[in-house]
Amino acid sequence: MKYILLVIPCIIALWTPFYNSLTPTLLGFPFFYWFLLVMIPVSALFIAAAHAMRAK
Amino acid sequence: MISHLNWTATYVFVGFFAIVTIMGFAAGRWRAGDLDDIHEWGLGGRRFGAWVTWFLLGGDLYTAYTVIAVPALVYALGAFGFFAVPYTIIVYPFIFLTMPRLWNVAHKHGYITGADFIRARYGNAPLEWAVAFTGILATMPYIALQLVGMEKVIEGLGFAGTGLTAHLPLTIAFVILALYTYSSGLRAPALIAFVKDIMIYVFIIAAIIIIPIKLGGYGAIFASAGKFYTGVAAANPKYPGGLILHPAQLAPFITLALGSAMALFMYPHAQTGTLAANSGESIRRNAIVLPAYSLVLGLIALLGLMGHAAGIKVANPQDIVPQLVLKMFPSWFVGFCFAAIAIGALVPAAIMSIAAANTFTRNIWRSAINPALPASEEAKMAKLVSLIVKLGALLAIFFMPTLYAINLQLLGGVWILQIFPAIIFGLYTRWFPGWALLAGWAVGMVYGTLISYVGGGWVPVSVAPFLHMGVYNGLIALVANVVVAVVISAVMGATSQAAPDQTKAGDFDDAPALNA
Repeated sequence: MKYILLVIPCIIALWTPFYNSLTPTLLGFPFFYWFLLVMIPVSALFIAAAHAMRAK
Repeated sequence: MISHLNWTATYVFVGFFAIVTIMGFAAGRWRAGDLDDIHEWGLGGRRFGAWVTWFLLGGDLYTAYTVIAVPALVYALGAFGFFAVPYTIIVYPFIFLTMPRLWNVAHKHGYITGADFIRARYGNAPLEWAVAFTGILATMPYIALQLVGMEKVIEGLGFAGTGLTAHLPLTIAFVILALYTYSSGLRAPALIAFVKDIMIYVFIIAAIIIIPIKLGGYGAIFASAGKFYTGVAAANPKYPGGLILHPAQLAPFITLALGSAMALFMYPHAQTGTLAANSGESIRRNAIVLPAYSLVLGLIALLGLMGHAAGIKVANPQDIVPQLVLKMFPSWFVGFCFAAIAIGALVPAAIMSIAAANTFTRNIWRSAINPALPASEEAKMAKLVSLIVKLGALLAIFFMPTLYAINLQLLGGVWILQIFPAIIFGLYTRWFPGWALLAGWAVGMVYGTLISYVGGGWVPVSVAPFLHMGVYNGLIALVANVVVAVVISAVMGATSQAAPDQTKAGDFDDAPALNA
């Protein structure tokens, strides 16, 4: 489970064809840019979850 | 020389520089230890907790060159420059898994460098030398590029000179850096990293709020950047830039991100920053909070797009950040931002030179040349080597065209990836004999260099065999490296496992006390 939590953000970050698009925009940012920026804190949450599982 | 100097900005710049210089010398007394011991000078006594490690690694990995080069690539090509973002997303899950294992085994046995681990794990001196040599080779141009970053902002202040005087401010800054690194060791960049990181955060938060207000918002920024890329593409159908990636750029983008992430923690300076932590748990906590710096990096990358919206035209894209800052901010804040970038060069340059010096002393000099080197002499030698390494980087900037340094750093990434199997596989298995890993390394180094050299120029991406798409050269070479290592390991079989392994399976796990 720990490994799955760590692999998920990596796969999403490398699934470039999925986010290689101008739309939908958010606050003026094309999808490509805001999706990648949002993925950074999301990936940290996944690592935190893996860490919490480890502590149990 | 100084007739066009922006005096207000220069006073602020010099003022911050003076502050970190005092900190650099005073750092020797911070959490005092015996600085004549290489564990203290070169690794800060392994006493840095999660917070200090956060600042130290952030200061170490997100370098001045990054602040200059990533927006430069975005300015020139658009979306492709954003490969740095997925790169820094995938690097932390990887660190979370692997680096605490390296820390545990290094702490247990007193290793200071990655190559120390290799020697003990495989009992194979040539492999240790190969890993050490590759680390130093890849680090040297990286240090030189920190100087390029620093020189860009000094030029931005309005300093202009010819011949050797052109490099005068850089030389002064670097001599000061060399002296306090010599006297304080890793404590100096660790302490200065606090200032550097806070300054970079202030700079970038101001930039992402104030610049869009002046330029009419993010929508307008993306629209004018998009117009610029389509304009260039209309004039030159082969131009690969744009607001999103061309289909042919997808595989290069993905493989550059993946390969760069795998390469990052093979660099000696990244391992030094990691091993200086006080526990594997500190490293895990850092893997959760270090992405804060990645967010800053992603926002810094946006500066390249803002450059187009601000109508700035630069012949050398590496001038885009200094020029944008000059155009958008009052002089005193220009001085602050430039100081942030210049101090951002000092921290990694110091850690890189310390890491290269530790590696040379332990894994080349003591291992290959003078095994009788007493422990008391190690720190003395490492201090001296750290001076030589910095001098070498300075001379490289004096006498070598910048493009060479950039190409060498690019190659450095391809090379450093070739020690990935020895270090990372070694954290989990001893199935590979040292000789098999050495053969794989040699094939990867030669192959990676050959495919990077195309028609008189150096390129990061080639068409991969069998796949028929563009793949990062470092990864292509790594695949060849691993195939060779696996085949030779399988052929050599169990007989080759006789080489002594000083580590035990339990050495890689957290000690029970640290789990509590």
